[in-house]
Amino acid sequence: MRFQTLSIPERRINVIDLVVALFLLLFLTLIISVTSKWNKTGYYFEVNLDPVYIPWYTAQSLVRMFIAYILSIVFSIWYGYTASKSRIHSAIMIPILDILQSIPVLSFMPAVTLAMISIFPNKRIGVEIASIFLIFTGQVWNLTFSYYHSINSVPREFKEAAYIFRFNKVSKFIRIDLPYSIIGLVWNSIMSVAGGWFFLMACEMFTLGDKYFRLPGLGSYIQTAAEKGNIEYVIYGIITMVATITILDFIIWQPLTTWAQRFKMEKVVEEIESNSIVYNILGKSKIANKLGSFIYSLITFIEKMSYKFERGERKKSKALSLIINTLWIALIGTFLFMILSKIELLLTTFGSLTKEEILLLLKSVLFSLMRVFLSITIALAWTLPIGVIIGMSKSLASKVQGIFQILASIPATAVFPLIVVIILKLNLPVDVASISLILLGTQWYLLFNIIAGAYSIPRDLIEVADLLKLKGINRWKMLLIPGILPNLLTGLITASGGAWNATIVSEFISYEGRILKTSGLGALIAESALNANFKMLLVSTSVMAMVVASINIFIWKRLFRVVKSRFILEE
Amino acid sequence: MKDKMPVLEAIGIKKVFKSENKDITVLEDINLSVKEGEFISILGQTGAGKSTLLRILAGIIEPTEGKVLYRGTPIKLSKVKVSMVFQNFALFPWFTVLENVKLALVNSNYSKEEIHEKALKAIDLVGLDGFEEAYPKELSGGMKQRVGIARALVVEPEILFMDEPTSSLDVLTAHNLRGDIIELWQEGKLPTKAIIMVTHNIEEAVYMSTRAIVMTHNPGRIMAEIPIEIPFPRNKSSWEFRSLLDKIYTLLAKAEGIDIDKIERRDKFLFLPHAKVGSIAGLIEMIYDKGSRVDIYQLASELNLEIDDIFPIIEASKILGFGEIVEGDFVLTPLGIKWAKADPLKQKEIFKEALLNNVPFVNQIFTVLKSTPKGKLKEDFFLDILENHFTPKEALRQLKTIIDWARYAELFAYDYDTGELYLEESEVQ
Repeated sequence: MRFQTLSIPERRINVIDLVVALFLLLFLTLIISVTSKWNKTGYYFEVNLDPVYIPWYTAQSLVRMFIAYILSIVFSIWYGYTASKSRIHSAIMIPILDILQSIPVLSFMPAVTLAMISIFPNKRIGVEIASIFLIFTGQVWNLTFSYYHSINSVPREFKEAAYIFRFNKVSKFIRIDLPYSIIGLVWNSIMSVAGGWFFLMACEMFTLGDKYFRLPGLGSYIQTAAEKGNIEYVIYGIITMVATITILDFIIWQPLTTWAQRFKMEKVVEEIESNSIVYNILGKSKIANKLGSFIYSLITFIEKMSYKFERGERKKSKALSLIINTLWIALIGTFLFMILSKIELLLTTFGSLTKEEILLLLKSVLFSLMRVFLSITIALAWTLPIGVIIGMSKSLASKVQGIFQILASIPATAVFPLIVVIILKLNLPVDVASISLILLGTQWYLLFNIIAGAYSIPRDLIEVADLLKLKGINRWKMLLIPGILPNLLTGLITASGGAWNATIVSEFISYEGRILKTSGLGALIAESALNANFKMLLVSTSVMAMVVASINIFIWKRLFRVVKSRFILEE
Repeated sequence: MKDKMPVLEAIGIKKVFKSENKDITVLEDINLSVKEGEFISILGQTGAGKSTLLRILAGIIEPTEGKVLYRGTPIKLSKVKVSMVFQNFALFPWFTVLENVKLALVNSNYSKEEIHEKALKAIDLVGLDGFEEAYPKELSGGMKQRVGIARALVVEPEILFMDEPTSSLDVLTAHNLRGDIIELWQEGKLPTKAIIMVTHNIEEAVYMSTRAIVMTHNPGRIMAEIPIEIPFPRNKSSWEFRSLLDKIYTLLAKAEGIDIDKIERRDKFLFLPHAKVGSIAGLIEMIYDKGSRVDIYQLASELNLEIDDIFPIIEASKILGFGEIVEGDFVLTPLGIKWAKADPLKQKEIFKEALLNNVPFVNQIFTVLKSTPKGKLKEDFFLDILENHFTPKEALRQLKTIIDWARYAELFAYDYDTGELYLEESEVQ
């Protein structure tokens, strides 16, 4: 059974977190200060709605996803290594990671897009970089955590064996660290890429009032079609999207998960093994096997060369590492200087807030919070009973999981234009659109986690409950809720993270030049970007980041610790 | 043999692990010299720092004080080839047997073909030919350890280190493997000059090695070096073998006794062995049935237990005043006999009395709890005190043991949800 659940890193916060938070605010200030050069242009790509172009647009979206994903993997490995170099490294780098992953990525979208278009006015490259950057930030953190966690839990005996047999860094990486972390990386990649589609759809066509930032891609195709009121083309687009995601799953992720099973440590309790048709076919194909052994011999060749190189050039490599270290220090120094020079701007911006503005901010936070809360409550109302029913019945679970997985694979942002058309037709308030987008984006996290939780309730506990004739409220109170609580909480944490991202795109909607808005923090961010109100853009974006990070750190993580110590069943 | 120059020398080794509250000394005053042709075994209980010592000797861990010399040069600087066999095998599950063995030569100057040949030879040597392409998970524990040995041997080490090589194996497999290692060693098929093995199995040490190093714990020191000059192959039922076994058993038991007396007088932080009340009761009653006196070695082999399993229980009984060690035998005291004869309720009372009299920290917790208005207090308070004397992990285990004993004695109990220790109803005033 394949249920995607995220692991929640555990850590107590300290002073370093505050410093890190301050530096991130300064970094945001730096980004936003660039946008003051914005000459009010956008980048507009004329989307041709003829369905013939769909494959071409899809290909471009895929390239964007691919680049962002490769960057994420490279970054994760680099960051994971650097963070585990020493205690000082991890004491600084892990809080950075923790805070970054709790910030809703899309809250940075207006600022980043404007900054990029200011640096490259009227050019496609600016919007491309912004979109790849946002997809990257959307998918990189859990990969990084997973890799960092893996390489730090490599068994001590493996490390000692590596020492005794004098492995160099290359050998340690390809022989121990990478194999050991590959399962975690593959699972988190599936999660990340699914999230990536959500961001891609939002980034490809980002509108601020009459300013369009539109790239050729599947997301912009769907949105343009929706705007032109052409429902038929919207449906073509969505079908293509679902097909693409399903095919990718079939030809990439399923074979990868099956292949990754060979890297299992034995002690892990056997789960139902995943099986892939493509993998089985590839396993029998001669060409694929030749390719596989070619890659393997290439890797061993690189390994061999690394030892040769080390033996020959021990002295030179010392000089080289000195140069690299100097470059690093210079780079970090410049970066620190650049963001520290913004400290005045940050302070004056926050200092100059008027009473009305503060009230507006508070009101917006409250409204957005209520919207998030309401959507999650609605999502819980249906996922809790249905998830438990599915999870308790193993036969039902295997029947419906395919359907739910396809439904869940549709990024909410792709369907959103359709929702906008509907609420306009029916004259419904914008809040309905906003809440339905949040709901669409978050309910699956809850559902899959609840199913996984119910699925894992031990058989004997269910039998005891049956014997005691526990029914109705008592059954929920004594068996079901405690049984699924750890998973439920993981689902809630992921869902609330996703919900905030959804507020950015859904509280302030541009549709055929018309603006539909409701009050909320997301709307405030989008509106201040449109009006080039840099002060408000900075303040509202930082408030959003701070509010969400605080909720994460002070509420969710605490709850998670309590739940973990009491409700996780030991084997 | 006596004239040979030492291959490996450890001089004045001390190892301190820094924890948040306090530095914990794991090893102290270790001097050891290993000559060519020797097979040394290091014996001691869990926590005696034997594995740490092995890793210091192999150069994996730096000692806090002292040095390790290979033929006169510091081991880290010398180009000596050492190798290690690990307790849990340390085989990479993603590589086949052959690949695992080949990996040991990844940093060598041999050509691809030479590495292949050497690996095959090493696999042959340990009797695994035919399994080259198998993955570790397809092998039994004993076969896995054979791969571990092949991998250690393929580098042709001058000194071979073995960290409890048979402790994850079942009795028969372990016995078989020991025999094979000794045979290879005796026939000169092993390329190594000396072997150093850590074990907590006394029989294994006497069966395989030429010298046994017996260590005390807390901190780990060498308390005795016993040459084992019985010719190979050794007969386990011979008189020589049995008397050496008895000698080491007595030594190890005594080591604990001496230590406890010393600590008791110096400060009240008695190291409590991790024995459950149920095990203590079981042991005492069994010994009572056998006439209140048993030979420890015989008891252990009858119950199929190793010293790691049986010593904590014996030690706990001793601390509580239920038994004594006399010449390698465990003898019940009058109190022990009284306890064995009493009914369950009376047993609890005797246990409570013994606990309060013999374990000062329990007495202290009891007094502190009685002085609080509600008779309860957070565990952190007591953990802090314990952490001044033990590592955080050990402090937690100490508290767990204390709670187990006190719960049985109905002195105080522990609330998991709040993390509080609290007095039983009858004790609240």
